[in-house]
Amino acid sequence: MTERTVTTSEAPPPSSAPRRRGGRGRPPAVPDHRGGHASVRARPSLSARLRRDWQLLLMTLPAIGLLAVFHYTPTLGNVIAFQEYNPWDGVLGSPWVGLTQFERLFTDPRFWSAVGNTLMIAAVQLVFFFPIPIALAILLDSVLSPRLRLVLQSVVYMPHFFSWVLVVTLFQQILGGAGLFSQMLRQNGYAPLEIMTDPDAFLFVVTSQMIWKDAGWGTIIFLAALAAVNQNLYESAAVDGAGRWRRMWHITLPGLRPVIILLLILKLGDILNVGFEQFYLQRDAFGSNVSEVLDTFIYHQTLVTGNFSAGAVAGLVKGVVGLVLILLANKLAHKMGEHGIYRRA
Amino acid sequence: MSTLFKDRPVWAERPSLPASAAKSTTLAAIAVVIVFPLYVVILTSLSPAAAVNSAGGLVLVPQGISFQAYADLFSGGVVTRAVLVSLGVTAVGTLVSLVATVLAAYGLSQPGSLWHRPLLFAVLLTFLFAPGMIPLYLLVSDLGMIDSYWSLILPTAVNAFNLVVMRAFFMNLPQEIGDSARVDGASEWTILTRLVLPMSKGVTAVVGLFYAVGYWNAFFNAILYINDNSKWPLQLVLRQYVQQGQQLSSSSVIGDAVQGGTASAPNLAIQMAIVVVALVPVTFIYPLVQKHFTKGVIIGAVKG
Repeated sequence: MTERTVTTSEAPPPSSAPRRRGGRGRPPAVPDHRGGHASVRARPSLSARLRRDWQLLLMTLPAIGLLAVFHYTPTLGNVIAFQEYNPWDGVLGSPWVGLTQFERLFTDPRFWSAVGNTLMIAAVQLVFFFPIPIALAILLDSVLSPRLRLVLQSVVYMPHFFSWVLVVTLFQQILGGAGLFSQMLRQNGYAPLEIMTDPDAFLFVVTSQMIWKDAGWGTIIFLAALAAVNQNLYESAAVDGAGRWRRMWHITLPGLRPVIILLLILKLGDILNVGFEQFYLQRDAFGSNVSEVLDTFIYHQTLVTGNFSAGAVAGLVKGVVGLVLILLANKLAHKMGEHGIYRRA
Repeated sequence: MSTLFKDRPVWAERPSLPASAAKSTTLAAIAVVIVFPLYVVILTSLSPAAAVNSAGGLVLVPQGISFQAYADLFSGGVVTRAVLVSLGVTAVGTLVSLVATVLAAYGLSQPGSLWHRPLLFAVLLTFLFAPGMIPLYLLVSDLGMIDSYWSLILPTAVNAFNLVVMRAFFMNLPQEIGDSARVDGASEWTILTRLVLPMSKGVTAVVGLFYAVGYWNAFFNAILYINDNSKWPLQLVLRQYVQQGQQLSSSSVIGDAVQGGTASAPNLAIQMAIVVVALVPVTFIYPLVQKHFTKGVIIGAVKG
């Protein structure tokens, strides 16, 4: 980590932009387009600001437009959760059915099974995935040779950039029933491995895949936090006779504490989003009993059966609960003196 | 900062031999676990038929080299087409995404500019909820984009996180530069392209990489929006013919020219070659950008 990390990590966040209104740091002597001089103190009129800032507004247009069309419009489309939607009549023509779809969803055992699987996977991730990037970051940070460290970082970051299809394929090729280890076992007269299709091994397999893919990438934020720890603390502790482990316990871990708390809280807010592709790809191999999560449930509910409202209602419930969780998580973050993903107003 | 030390700091004791051996072993084991599958896959894809047959599957020890699998793949069949689709979508998509993101990030980075608060709020609000898979599917379908390559680009073109990363970076640049250029009559477009972007190569490269990797790896969008399998991107082909193991000979994965011929690579070698084709662009581009990861572009925004 270079100096840059430290400076940028302490840079003012976007939401804390200076509250100067109308000023924009522009020299006051620049003539207003209306002919007069823009006053330093008085806030310029709307048309003057429009004239001054129209280029900036124009620049935001493509991105804002894309978000409006592909994020906000479909969000409104969630009204079909209150309808018996059919594609021929569209959103405007389909009959309204009140909360019928919700009743159907909440009495559907497959929905609750998907909720259970999602929560189970999230819990296992929290316990078995979460600590690994922390440990790995401390390990990487202890590598003294900068060149070796860079090589190791390159290697452990890499799988993050592979698609889930690729990761699942690689796991199958190595650990699957027709994979490398099974092939070696078979050649030596043993039974092939079955973990890639064994429902009891599902949680173990998907967690291993997550660790393989993302544990290395997860170290980035912890490495930055480690680089920001004041090295003088280590030195004075060492001079005072604190050994390696005591320094880690009393200096390193407290240095990581804010990041750990923040990430834990964010994770809580994100608990329903365990992903789609990894589970979709392995649903046939492990069976939907263990591998159906909320997102795959929504997908199969609708795009396989053609019942759009049934999928939309599950999506809406997931979205609303997710929103509540994020808001709660942020409240918790603020309570613990952290920033969360947005600041207290 | 620990990385800046070439040697052990004077106050630190040397680790005991077992401790340092344990550390090295752990790091080596981690590296092997990541690299080994890639090694096996690449080696098998490059192995001649005899080697694959004698290994009875994946090849562990090199026994000659053959590019037959790649020749088969790129002889004009399904995989050739899928690679072209993925390359095209990645190139156009990354361009669209970067342009929209850079423009908006700059447009929202000037303190006190008109309406920047509500606009920024509209961007940040997208963090809090997803629109939902089904309504988005219906929208894309209503726009007539099913089976159009644009369905793989436009719905995911702007990533609010990347936008916020870039905006945070632009805001950290010295404001005076833009101010003095404005006095000289420079337009915002000129300031962005001539002054701001040249100072932001690192963050642009990183955000560009994130977008490019996203498009190259795109699977979910294609599953939803692309029914016509002649338009499949590479990830769907990878799934169909490798992960699900659909037979290659019966499915014209390889080109017509090869199907009639005699010298075709073994099925497994072709499958592994598809895997390699899917992972190679990512592994080649990413080291070029990697040095910027450590420059705090990501961390700065995460904390912001």
